[in-house]
Amino acid sequence: MSKWLPKSAAARRWLGLTPAYVMIGIFMLVPISIMAVYSFLEPNPYGGVLPEPSVAAYVKLFLEYDLEDNLVFNPGYINIIFRSFQLSIMATVICLVMGFPVAYYITLQPENKRNIYIYLITIPFWTNLLIRTFAWIIILGRGGVIETPLLNLGIIDDSLKMMYTDGAIAIGLTYSYLPLMVLPIYASLEKLDFRLLEAASDLYSSRFQIMTKVVIPLCKPGIVAGCILVFIPCIGAFIAPNLLGGGKKLMLGSLVQFQFASARNWPFGSALSMLLLSAVVVALIFYARSARKKEYIQGTA
Amino acid sequence: MKRALSLLTAFAFSLGATLAKAEGELFIYNWTEYTPPDLVDKFEAETGIKVSVDTYDSNETLLAKLQAGATGYDLVVPSQNFVPIMINEGLIQKVAVYDLPNYANYEDKWKKPEWDSEHEYSAPWQWGTTSFSFHSEEYSGSGESLAEFFEPSEELRGRLSVFPTPDEVISLANIYLGIEFCSEDPKEMKRIQDMLVAQKDYVVAYNNETMSDLITSGEALMTNHWNGYSRLGRLAGAPVQYAYPKEGVVGWFDSLVVPTSAKNVENARKFMNFMMDPVNMAILTESQGYGDAIKGTAQYYSEELKTAPEVNPPSDLNVVFAPTCSPAAQSLIDKVWTKVLQ
Amino acid sequence: MTERDLKSSNMAKAKALPVGHYRGLGVWNFFFMVFLYAPIAVLIFYSFNANRMVINWTGFGVEWYIKAFNNEDIQDAVWNSLIVAFVATGVATTIATIGALILARGGNFKGKTASLGLMMLPLMVPEIVTAVAVLIFFATIGLNWGLGNVIIAHITFCIPFAFMPIRARLEGMDTTMEQAARDLYASEWETFRYITVPMLMPGIVAGAMLSFVISLDDFIITLMVGGAGSTTLPVYIYSMIRRGLTPEINAVSTLLLLFSVAIVTAYWFVSKKSNTKTVH
Repeated sequence: MSKWLPKSAAARRWLGLTPAYVMIGIFMLVPISIMAVYSFLEPNPYGGVLPEPSVAAYVKLFLEYDLEDNLVFNPGYINIIFRSFQLSIMATVICLVMGFPVAYYITLQPENKRNIYIYLITIPFWTNLLIRTFAWIIILGRGGVIETPLLNLGIIDDSLKMMYTDGAIAIGLTYSYLPLMVLPIYASLEKLDFRLLEAASDLYSSRFQIMTKVVIPLCKPGIVAGCILVFIPCIGAFIAPNLLGGGKKLMLGSLVQFQFASARNWPFGSALSMLLLSAVVVALIFYARSARKKEYIQGTA
Repeated sequence: MKRALSLLTAFAFSLGATLAKAEGELFIYNWTEYTPPDLVDKFEAETGIKVSVDTYDSNETLLAKLQAGATGYDLVVPSQNFVPIMINEGLIQKVAVYDLPNYANYEDKWKKPEWDSEHEYSAPWQWGTTSFSFHSEEYSGSGESLAEFFEPSEELRGRLSVFPTPDEVISLANIYLGIEFCSEDPKEMKRIQDMLVAQKDYVVAYNNETMSDLITSGEALMTNHWNGYSRLGRLAGAPVQYAYPKEGVVGWFDSLVVPTSAKNVENARKFMNFMMDPVNMAILTESQGYGDAIKGTAQYYSEELKTAPEVNPPSDLNVVFAPTCSPAAQSLIDKVWTKVLQ
Repeated sequence: MTERDLKSSNMAKAKALPVGHYRGLGVWNFFFMVFLYAPIAVLIFYSFNANRMVINWTGFGVEWYIKAFNNEDIQDAVWNSLIVAFVATGVATTIATIGALILARGGNFKGKTASLGLMMLPLMVPEIVTAVAVLIFFATIGLNWGLGNVIIAHITFCIPFAFMPIRARLEGMDTTMEQAARDLYASEWETFRYITVPMLMPGIVAGAMLSFVISLDDFIITLMVGGAGSTTLPVYIYSMIRRGLTPEINAVSTLLLLFSVAIVTAYWFVSKKSNTKTVH
């Protein structure tokens, strides 16, 4: 068997990595490159592209030809992009606020209990995202699980109108990606040396100071990783805005889908995708920088 | 290695299985809740062909999906104004519908339509109207004017549901404002745009699939609706009443057409022929509650259908069928809708 | 120190709370778990609703389960989902295993970081972007294999999920056994076959399970890429939700949920057996 394999280590290496290169290269990198090219072409009015170079798709983000063909500033897409960032950041912050104390609490538990908690946190994450979002329709909707008892008890006398709002989308996003926040924070807290806390305490640090000056700085890479893992899927989310936002509160992800599935403007959809990708790249660079800092801290410690 | 080999074999096998579509299959791509299962069962029993049905939610989605190369569908069901676009784009093929045995049953009134005058492409499915429905108990109005829909009263704030795609909404707006369909005049389209943007303040959701449920739950008091679908909602217990506004309603005619990339063209023709049999068409009409274009179906209708208010409009109702718009007019429509949805 | 000890010491003397412990954490954790599980509980509860509308509870019934079981479209969709998940998992796990062996054992070489980045790329790109990019790609080259298109897309994004646990396992693995085997004149292949693979197995199984669940859950990519007859279960569930909220959706969801939980639980035990930490 091993006789067929090339003798040189380098040749073997490339032979072994080829399948992965081929799959991810052809079916991921090439498509993204084609998409990048398409974003600089003219749309065909009935779908697809015309082979004419154009930056119209990017111009369209800010300016538009109004009905009378005057070029005017158009805040519409900026608003959608802004809302996407706003909701994604909101969901990320809520995840962090909810998740950090839980990750910390789990770290304090004995090992077998820790594993059970981690298992409990991963379970919902592995159940279908559509299903998890669907559950929130039942909870938030008119006559749903929250409203009905309140109405019956006379605490409220009209619908709370929770569905089809930005708040509903934010809750959906938070719920979808919460475990992605807890797990990396837990992973970095687990490595935390609790003797450092004792030391800080001996040096008359208050509990609050111990938390802000010792614990949080030391598990910062975990916090950053968690934030990025939550932020990336949020910014491209499609299911939550569609099911919980009623198709009225678009986000970047649903706007991209809309360009391909209904508006038939491929170049604009591609340009929006490129925008999404650059948001992710910025987030990743941010992560890489904080990871390097962590190495630096560990190196000097 | 054995394991890897067996996996590769499995992979090749499943690819082969999907590639070599066995004879005796028919892939239909139709609107949501528009293909009665018992009709499909009947066709399967009579012909031995295995039918599978996927669904879409609008003409725009269908067109986009076909344009994106989502192929393998043997039959799709666009409305009349999308048929010429699909012909021009080369997305559907000639299948000589006029040559099918049951073509003789085609109602004369619907023969030689402008979208496919020789019946080379299309066989009839259903025709109906687009208007709006309202909550029959809680809404105070009577649905006598499109003004109630386009310029809603305060009680509809946050309780109005509108279709998510421009086609029928803008046609309805044309009727209300007395603007010609497919207008290329920016000033007139601006009026439509302003009206729809103002209407958005009242909209709870842009939806064209669960309108009756939105009314039942009270999430909406008024919603864009199709006549037959409104009837289905009412029969299922939703308090919906279909409105016949005095200005008029939008008419549409959905047909079966065969995409260029279809693999089972003969089976598709068999299905077209099957549907032009009055017995079968009556099953469809009974379950959907729209109109059909086949002679001799009325004798199979139930009493309920014959008297349903959604199927029997007032005799003076103004029904306007939308033509296919020029690219210039279409571009204005897209601009208006993009603005509305932002 | 357990939670109960903590509480009793709290009561005795507030100051006695050990360094690094904070009050209210347990309560917070409790509400967190409620938040995490309440929606699932609601979902399961309403699957037993006899009414046609999900949220109007009228009585207990299992008819929606019977209906779901007898629904031919659901059966087709489940079948499609399983074919896609099995093939994608098989191919992705094979590719990832070879890749992980080289990246973890091949020493340092030029392009290692880039290769690692490439392996993880599908994880970094938002799903919707992958979906439309692959859609454009297939439309451009005119590739039209129905379910085959979906499988190709799934293999691609499953690779990093299979890769991570395998690589983690490899990095925690001792090489002395393999060296011993080589010293005893086992051929390279024999060493690989009888030493490396069995030792790596927990990682491979864990990776395969992860990609299986990921493939089974994927919705947006399948929705955009799929053509006729390639409706998978999530895509079918989406079309059900669009049609109206009936407890049948809850019933199907509950079944899918149980299935996922079973796989994750199995995964959990497998990864517990291997002493590497493969917490994702």
